[in-house]
Amino acid sequence: MKRFDRRTLLRGTLAGTAVTMGVPLLDCFLNAHGTALAQGAPLPMRFGAWMWGCGMNPERWTPATEGTGFELPIELAALDRELGTGGKLRDQVSVLSGFDVKLDGRPNFPHTAGLMGTLTGSLPLQDYTVPAPTLDTIIAAEIGGFTRFRSLEMSCTGNPNQSYSFESQGVANAPEISPGALYTRVFGPEFADPNAGPFTPDPRLMLRQSVLSVVKEDRERLLQRVGAHDKQRLDQYFTSVRQLEQQIDVLLAGPPDLESCEKAPAPGADDFGTEVNQSMATNRVMAQLLSFALACDQTRVFSMMFSDRISGLRQPGSSAQHHQLTHDEPLDAGIGYQPEATEFVYASMEAWADFIERLAAIPEGDGTLLDNCLVFGHSDVSLAKIHGITGVPMMIAGRAGGALKPGVHVAGATAPSTRVGLTIQQVMGLTTESWGTRSMEATQPISEILV
Amino acid sequence: MLCASSFAVLIASCGSSETAPVVEAGPVSLRRLTAEQYERSIHDVLGRHITVPSRIDPDDRRDGLLAVGASFAGVTPSGFEKYEAAAGTIAEQALGSGYRDDLVQCAPASLTSADDACAEPFVRRVGRRLFRRSLTEEEVEDRVVVARAAASALGDFYGGLELALASLLVSPEFLFRVEEAEPDPSNRARARLTSVSMASRLSFLLWNTTPDDDLLAAGEAGALVDEAGLAAALERLLASPKLETGLRSLFSDLYDFKQFDDGLVRKDAALFPAYTQPMIEEAKEQTLRTIVAHLAEGGDYRALFTTPDSFLTRRLGVVYQVPVATASGWEPYRFPEDTERAGLLGHISLNALHSHAGRSSATLRGKFVREVLLCQDVPTPPANIDFSIVENTAGELRTARERLEAHVDNDACAGCHTLMDPIGLALEKYDAIGMYREAENGVPIDTSGELDGIPYEDAVGLGVALSEHPNLGPCLVRSLYRYAVGRDAEPGEEALLAALGERFASSGYLVSDLLREVLLSEGFRTTSGPRGVTDTGDAP
Repeated sequence: MKRFDRRTLLRGTLAGTAVTMGVPLLDCFLNAHGTALAQGAPLPMRFGAWMWGCGMNPERWTPATEGTGFELPIELAALDRELGTGGKLRDQVSVLSGFDVKLDGRPNFPHTAGLMGTLTGSLPLQDYTVPAPTLDTIIAAEIGGFTRFRSLEMSCTGNPNQSYSFESQGVANAPEISPGALYTRVFGPEFADPNAGPFTPDPRLMLRQSVLSVVKEDRERLLQRVGAHDKQRLDQYFTSVRQLEQQIDVLLAGPPDLESCEKAPAPGADDFGTEVNQSMATNRVMAQLLSFALACDQTRVFSMMFSDRISGLRQPGSSAQHHQLTHDEPLDAGIGYQPEATEFVYASMEAWADFIERLAAIPEGDGTLLDNCLVFGHSDVSLAKIHGITGVPMMIAGRAGGALKPGVHVAGATAPSTRVGLTIQQVMGLTTESWGTRSMEATQPISEILV
Repeated sequence: MLCASSFAVLIASCGSSETAPVVEAGPVSLRRLTAEQYERSIHDVLGRHITVPSRIDPDDRRDGLLAVGASFAGVTPSGFEKYEAAAGTIAEQALGSGYRDDLVQCAPASLTSADDACAEPFVRRVGRRLFRRSLTEEEVEDRVVVARAAASALGDFYGGLELALASLLVSPEFLFRVEEAEPDPSNRARARLTSVSMASRLSFLLWNTTPDDDLLAAGEAGALVDEAGLAAALERLLASPKLETGLRSLFSDLYDFKQFDDGLVRKDAALFPAYTQPMIEEAKEQTLRTIVAHLAEGGDYRALFTTPDSFLTRRLGVVYQVPVATASGWEPYRFPEDTERAGLLGHISLNALHSHAGRSSATLRGKFVREVLLCQDVPTPPANIDFSIVENTAGELRTARERLEAHVDNDACAGCHTLMDPIGLALEKYDAIGMYREAENGVPIDTSGELDGIPYEDAVGLGVALSEHPNLGPCLVRSLYRYAVGRDAEPGEEALLAALGERFASSGYLVSDLLREVLLSEGFRTTSGPRGVTDTGDAP
């Protein structure tokens, strides 16, 4: 049973400074669920997940010392960047090593078990199944209703059918694979541009609302004729209809009142695919579009699949893909790792750095957009060669409005990876007190990264 | 009632000594339209001129079929957003000037104001085709109100009608096929699909689109729960040219050809310059054409894996390295013996699909044959596994056979790989795009092997062994049945599948007979009722 936890909420929403506020004042910041920001609060908080496939080499990726000021290991060297807005990128990111996915005797479905354990808190009983909702949809259910888009899913793989954003097995949020399509969806004709003169709402928006109220009636009638399985599916359909109604409400309310909001420049022609340079370029363009979308509060939840868990990244002219290499390439005895496969680890970390660097490039309030974000970077495995799920690599970037202390290395010492998911939910203002099932149940947030 | 007397004329092999198996059919549920069904429905009801937006909400492929995934797929917020946007552009095109008169079939009193008398019959008629049943008065009235309010607000009758049409297109009654059960009067202990539900089941199985007016009329008249009525409707559907569409959809789903449509079968451009998206789309078309033509001629299903007959374009001829006379378009083509090609397993499509971007994969090809063509389970590999000997092309093991034989020396691998690899090794002379080669890394390729006791020398021989495999026919029966009912077979349906398999064999493996048998079977027409709560794969 969830309990309303005001302390958690405050850490998540008001930069910790509001902890001293009296309860009556506090209540005016709550929405109907009592869990999230109400409209009109100063700056929105955002959550996003950024996933890369096929992990890393644990000895080369894990910092040697805990806490702050650790030396960046070779596979995290990409974080050694100066930010245009001041400071270093590495100081915006905490590294979480040594957290495990625990099987409890269930099979280690290659690349699936680790991913699902970390993202859903449960281990699947069958391969290719999703045991519970993923973290991003749990958070979107709480804070997705305030914005035009409940969430935005993106992928650099060119596969329109796969994201790791699941409400349930049958309800997967399809990703945008084309920067052009993402641009049109967010900044197309419907976008209310705050810098484009006086706002007049499109009268067709209200007519579209009338269409949606009719289909809600259809759903009510249909519910009488179906079984339990289909009632769940129709509830999901209804949630989606409600979301679109809210989206239209937001459009009718006019342009966002946020100082940093401006319309994104249109991206160039699409060139997506699985050659590593294509995926990295797509990642940069998508990050740019996303940063504008977040600054305009078009969404507060996003996920990006940089590479598939069975990573299809490849170099042009090579017959091998990243995933294949992690299994096929012999270990070079002299250096102790697979050199060709490891090139893709470097590339993935460069892409992760590109992504968060872009969010840090937009000034917002007294800091940057990234300061009001929590971005969760993670992979499906640690050492892909053996489908390792101990020490699954995870990182958290951003300050979440002041709730988080970045730049810390925390060694999990075999704690379940769900402690990260639990921490994220609490920081994002959810009242979750425990998360995950069986040995994956987590009850303690990672206090080392909390302010 | 596999062998009801009224159908005896259709089923030559039906003997009086045979007893019908007891069938306990599985549950029904809503089936979300696949992208293809959505597009075909729009084209059939609103006009072929309409450009239907692609990539609305991805189909859910489950247990190897989109048709099964459709029984589980929901509508996400981002998916609904796209359905709603698609509804708007489709309605606008359908009611654009030039097309609206045929579709609306009445003229409004004024172009600039509401006219219920013209809107109402439009909603009723088009709604019936989209919902696959007659609308209730309430459903009609709701839409007439939308049309009226919108026409007044916009000062545009057709603008109002567009919104009414959009409200039909985003309705769960359109996006999901509703399958409903009712008590079976001939056997009160069980439920059957309603006649109206049967209309959709028949239409989507055989044509993969929404029922036409005649079929809806038969459904609404109760004719499709009557054996004679069902048989009559079935014969009309089977005789229609739209059956070809249905067969293509069936095999596309079974073979996962949607991956070609989605551009997901990629090859390295430097290694395979002949591989282009137009080429691979033609390769897919080649396979579907071959199947449809073979089945239309009353060919034995098993012979699909041995026939040298196919169709080619010049572009495909480049990859097959054979001359194609026709400069543009298709020509029938018989592969000469020396090309070492016969049957579907020699096609570019299947070989490219079951390969990596840079090299062929004997394992993936073998897995396809085992799982999809023979309905045999291949377990997933253990997690902690060392593939490095097996796949390292730079080392001493230069051919796929040498590398894969390392599997057999390793107990953890041998159990599964002996199931898959020998099959795939027979296809090793087809590279990652299906182009012929004699050698790999300078070593001649050895394609010999055996399939469950039947030896062969090469890919053509594998096709013969496959065509004689006892699982081949029964596997198609099972796949077709799952495709038809949108779920896996229940234990109470196994006897039916076995009986259908025997009939398929005695018909000479005629797919048209198999379709009839499945559609007339109790499993297709009855149900245990609506599906209960979803199993998500986790412990309760």
